[in-house]
Formats: sequence, structure tokens, C-alpha cells
Amino acid sequence: MVAFWILAPIMVIAALGILFVRKAVHAALLLAVVMMSLAVLYLALEAPFLFAVQIIVYTGAILMLFLFVLMLVGVDASDSVVETIRGQRAFAIAGGVGLGVLLVTGLGQITLGTAVGLDDANAPGNIQALANILFSRYVFAFETTSALLITAAVGAMVLAHRERLTPKAGQPERAAQRMQDYAEKGAHLGPLPPPGVYARHNAVDTPALLPDGTAAESSVSRVLAARGTVRSAPALADDIEEIEHQIGWAPHAGRDAAPPASTTEEAPATGGEH
Amino acid sequence: MDDVTPYVVLSGILFTIGCVGVLTRRNAIVVFMSVELMLNASNLALVAFAKQHGNLDGQIAAFFVMVVAAAEVVVGLAIIMTIFRTRRSASVDDASLLKY
Repeated sequence: MVAFWILAPIMVIAALGILFVRKAVHAALLLAVVMMSLAVLYLALEAPFLFAVQIIVYTGAILMLFLFVLMLVGVDASDSVVETIRGQRAFAIAGGVGLGVLLVTGLGQITLGTAVGLDDANAPGNIQALANILFSRYVFAFETTSALLITAAVGAMVLAHRERLTPKAGQPERAAQRMQDYAEKGAHLGPLPPPGVYARHNAVDTPALLPDGTAAESSVSRVLAARGTVRSAPALADDIEEIEHQIGWAPHAGRDAAPPASTTEEAPATGGEH
Repeated sequence: MDDVTPYVVLSGILFTIGCVGVLTRRNAIVVFMSVELMLNASNLALVAFAKQHGNLDGQIAAFFVMVVAAAEVVVGLAIIMTIFRTRRSASVDDASLLKY
């Protein structure tokens, strides 16, 4: 019972967290907490086989499947807070609280008495005892399960399969398309410009600068732009001015002010240390 | 032997939280996770009652629930993927074409 009183509050808090966290990834991790705690409770309830199955099948397979789909759908696909049915959220919470109170008070009214315990049933070993029942009384349900699993596998393949409607474009077709775009619309024929790596900052989230000082948007990955993590060129210019101020050398601050001879020698030396 | 009532109460609480999650969350994947939470809660009750009555039928039932949940998750997530591929959204509110 010690395990129960430690794990039960953790489970309830994690389950409530699934309701309130904004990101689906966090909800999946909280669900993992609930499932692992549940596995330990199965052990306390004398079900060692279900303990293993809970960890292997639920936490190992099902939850990883959830995480795979989250990665495919997009990790940042967070929940919208817009209510399509007015007052639905309030009614749902009121109904949920009502159901919870009903269940808890209802269960508080009854007395289950002392548990019989599974010592007799588990006498030949839990797995052996489960196998005895599974392959005698429940053998038809067990065989039906195999049909269900095959149907699920085929169904998932049919749903995930995508028919290719147009032939796949190879290198010659893409080159011809590029030339055609150049001829008709004047689109740039060469490759995209590289990002401003090492020009100002040592990461690909920095856009390259065009000769007029503006950022070339096509030089940064579309994904980074969608996430909004592209560093802006003017902000970087501020960084540079700050460093110039720190080393006491400001060729951009005033065009007529010539840099002192001593600091110009210092500047490359400080740059070399980093 | 000790009492299993706390386990059944915990199962009820988890089931309630799962219910509210299904009703309030709008992301289809989180709704699915709440369904899994409800299935897990019912499993806990089944295993607790198996101990209460001293036979293993409850554990067999929980085992079958796990198998069916695995099959259900595979098909459900494939459906969510298909909807996301066509509508670029995993929100349950966006799949409302039958309304119009």
C-alpha cells in the first residue's frame, strides 16, 4: 500500500496535467508517467504479467506510436482555445466534476471487505495460471484477437498508403522545369543563396545579407522561418556595434573619426582569442 | 490481505479526468491520449477486482483491453495522419465537412 499512496497523487497530478498543458508532446510525456505508475500498481495487485505487458505494449509501443505521429504532424501543433460550441468547456468540466463526485461517493458507500487475494490462483505462477485460462476458457476470444490485429494492421496500411497520381519528377524533368521558369518568369536559375553562416553568426538561422544590407529571405530554411527562429539582420548589427563599443573601435559610428592606432592592433588579437 | 477500494477510487478519478479530456481538448491526438487514459483506468479497476475476488478473469480481461487498445491506436492514429495530410490540421474542429 506504500507504493499506492506514493504513486496515486503522482498519477492524478500527471493526469490533470494532460488536461492543462498546451503542447501535445508534454501531454504524451505525462501519459507516460501515468502508465509507468500504473505498471507498478499492477505489481502491487499481484499481476506481474500485466506489469510487463503494460510497460512493453503501452509505454513502449503505443506511446512511442503517439510520439511518432506527433513528430509527423508537427510538434508545435498546440491546442486552440476557441470554443466552437458555446459553453461546451464549462459544461464538460461541470459534468466531469459531477461524474467524479458520483463515482467517488458511490464507491465510498460500499464496502468491498478484505480482498481474497491471488495466492491460490497464482499458485502455479502468474503466467502459467493466466495461460491456463487464456488457452482454455478464453481461447475463442484469443483467436478472434488475432483476426482483429491483422485487420488493424491492414487498415493502418490502407489508410497510410498514398497513391501517386503524377509520375515522379526526376533530375532531367526538374532541370527542364527550372529552365522553363527562367525563360518565362525570369526565376533565378542557380541554387539558393547560402545562409549567413560565419559572416555574422555561426548558425544557419542567420540570413545572408544582400548588397543593400537587407536580409535575403531565401537563404534561410523555410522551416526555421515558420518556427520564427530566424535571427534578424538589424539585431545582429546591434550586436556588432556593441562589441565594437566594448573593444573601443568604432569605424561605423562616425565615418570621419579615424580609429586610434593602438586599438586597431588590439581588435584582431581579441578576435583571435575567441 | 488489504482492501482494494483505494485502487477502484483511483481508477474512477482517472476515468473522470480522461472523460473531461475527451470533452475539452481540441487536438485530436490529445483526445486520443485521454481515451487511452480511460482505458487504463478501467484496466486498473479490472485488475483490482481480480485481486478482490481471487480469480484471474479480471487480469485476462485487462489483457484483452490492452490488445484491443493497441489495435485501436494503430487505426486511430492512421486516420489522424490521413486527416492531417489532407487538411493540414490535427484539430477535431477542422474536420467538420459533413456539417455543410
